[in-house]
Amino acid sequence: MSAGLEAGEYTSVELTNAHLDDIEQRNAESNCFITIAREHALAQAKAADAQRAKGDTTPLTGIPIAHKDIFCTEGLLTTCGSKMLSNFHAPYNSTMVERLNAAGIVTVGKTNMDEFAMGSSNENSFFGAVTNPWDRTRVPGGSSGGSAAAVADGLVACATGTDTGGSIRQPAAFCGITGLKPTYGRISRYGMIAFASSLDQAGPMTRTAEDAGLMLSYMSGFDPRDSTSANREDEWLRAIAHNGIPKLDRPLTIGLPKEYFADLANAQVIEAAQAELAKNGHTFKEVSLPHTQAAIPTYYVLASAEASTNLSRYDGVRYGHRCENPTSLQDLYERSRSEGFGEEVKRRILTGTYTLSVGYFDAYYIKAQKIRRLISEDFNKVFEEVDLLMTPTSPTPAFALNEHAKDPVAMYQQDLYTVPTSLAGLPALSMPCGFVDNLPVGLQLIGPAFREDTILSVAAQFQQITDWHQRHPGEKA
Amino acid sequence: MTDQDKTQINITHLARLARLAIPASSHASTAEDLDNIIAMIDAMQSVDTEGVEPLSHPLDSKQLLRADVVSESVSREAFQNNAPKTEDGYYLVPRVVD
Repeated sequence: MSAGLEAGEYTSVELTNAHLDDIEQRNAESNCFITIAREHALAQAKAADAQRAKGDTTPLTGIPIAHKDIFCTEGLLTTCGSKMLSNFHAPYNSTMVERLNAAGIVTVGKTNMDEFAMGSSNENSFFGAVTNPWDRTRVPGGSSGGSAAAVADGLVACATGTDTGGSIRQPAAFCGITGLKPTYGRISRYGMIAFASSLDQAGPMTRTAEDAGLMLSYMSGFDPRDSTSANREDEWLRAIAHNGIPKLDRPLTIGLPKEYFADLANAQVIEAAQAELAKNGHTFKEVSLPHTQAAIPTYYVLASAEASTNLSRYDGVRYGHRCENPTSLQDLYERSRSEGFGEEVKRRILTGTYTLSVGYFDAYYIKAQKIRRLISEDFNKVFEEVDLLMTPTSPTPAFALNEHAKDPVAMYQQDLYTVPTSLAGLPALSMPCGFVDNLPVGLQLIGPAFREDTILSVAAQFQQITDWHQRHPGEKA
Repeated sequence: MTDQDKTQINITHLARLARLAIPASSHASTAEDLDNIIAMIDAMQSVDTEGVEPLSHPLDSKQLLRADVVSESVSREAFQNNAPKTEDGYYLVPRVVD
C-alpha cells in the first residue's frame, strides 16, 4: 500500500474512500468498529496527500489504520467499550495517536473491545460481541477483538491494540494475524484509558511482522507524561522505517518452557512450526518456568486491584454516565457506576476491592507482588540460557460465542500462556503458524526486556518461509 | 444452609466500599461469583514467598520525576463539554450539606 501511494498509483483519499466503503458495507457482519470516522479520515487523507506533494513523507503517510477504542482521539468518540463512556469525546489525543498522526496515518475508525479491556472474548462490550472472521459462530478473542478481526477481515492493514494480560496476542492468535505486545514502558500510556497500570501496554496488530515493526517504530518513544515510559535509544528501532526489521546475524537458541505444552489442542501445529524454524539453523532447548501455574491467580489479584483503583474515577460527575434524579451524592456515585459498568467490570472492581480491603491486603496483594517477582526471576534465569522462548499463544483456538460467558473462572484460564509475560513486563508476539479444524493457531515468541528486535527478526524469518500469515478467511485452509 | 451462608463475603459492605449499588436479589449470585474467583486466587497461597520482596514495577525500575513546571493549559470548557451537569463553570452534584 505504501509503495502504491509512493508510486502515485492511487492517492490516500482514494485509498481511504475504498477502505471506508468496504468497512461500511461489511461492518454489520463482524461488528469490529464502534465508530467509523469518514469525515475525520478523509481530512487526514487530504493532509497526507498534501504532505506527499511536498515530498515530506514516512512509510505510513496516507495509510488507513484503526485504533482500539481505548485510545483517546480528539474529535472522535472514545468509549472503551462501555456504556459509562458511550458519549465521551476526549479533549486530547493519546501520545501514541499523536505520534502516528505525525507520521501521516489516516484513522478510519475506532474498534470494538471488551469493556475497559476486561475480557478474552470481546463478548463484554456494551456495543455487542465481535465475530471471528474465520467462523462467525466463534469469538475473535479479546480484549482487542475488534482490531484483530478488522485486520483479519482485510478492513485495515494495521490496527492498534492494548495488552494487559494477553489482549493483543490472544485475539491475534484467534484471528490469524500478527500481534506484538512490546516491553512494558516502550509505548506511552498517556491518553490510553487505564485498566491495570503496571501491566497495560499498547502495541501493533498487523498481517506481517514487518508491518508490526514499522508501526512499533512510530508508536514508541519516551514520553515525560507517562511516569513509567522507558527512556531508551534503540538504534534498530529508529532504523526500521528505512531498513526494515533487523536481520539475524546468527542462529538462536530457542527455549520451550515445558509448563506451556501440557494438554495442547494444537500440539502438532506447534511442532511443525518448530521444524520450520529449525530449517533456519535455530536450536531448541526444553526449559522450565516453575511458577507458571501461579500466574493466573497472581494476575487476577494485581489486575483487579489496580482496576478497582483506576475505575474509581468514574463518578457520574465530571464525565461519563450519570444516573437520573440522584437523591444524594452517594446515590449519584452508586447508581451511575452500577448503570454505567457491565457485569465483568463490576466483578473485577469487587474482586479488587475485596483483596485490597483491611485484613486481606497482605494475604492477597502483597503475596501476589512477591509471586510476581518469582515469575519475573523465572524468565531472567531462562534468558541466561536461551535467546527467545517459543510457546503456543493460547491453550485452544477460538472458542464458540457464549461458551465461557457464564463462567468467569474458566474464561480467565484462557490467558494462561500470555499472563506470565505481562507480569514480567516482557515483549511477546503472536503470529499464525497453522490451522486446527480450519481455525488459526497462534505461535508466541517471548524475548528479554526491550529485545523486540530479536522477536521480530525471527517472526519475519518464519514469515519468509511460510505463508500462514497470508491466508485469508474464506479461502480453503 | 442457603447460598448466602456459604460465603464470608459481606456483599453489602463490599458494594459500599466499591460505590456500586447491588440489588439484594443478586447478592447471592454475586457472592457465589466472588467465592469462585477467590477460590481460584487462593491457589497462589501454596507458593513459598519467604524472603521475597514484592515487585510493583514489572522491570523493577524507579519512578521517573519530571521538572515541576506547568506543561499544560487548563481548558475548562473542553473538559466540561463531557460533564453531565455543569453551571457557571462548576460541576453540579446533589446537595451534600443541608
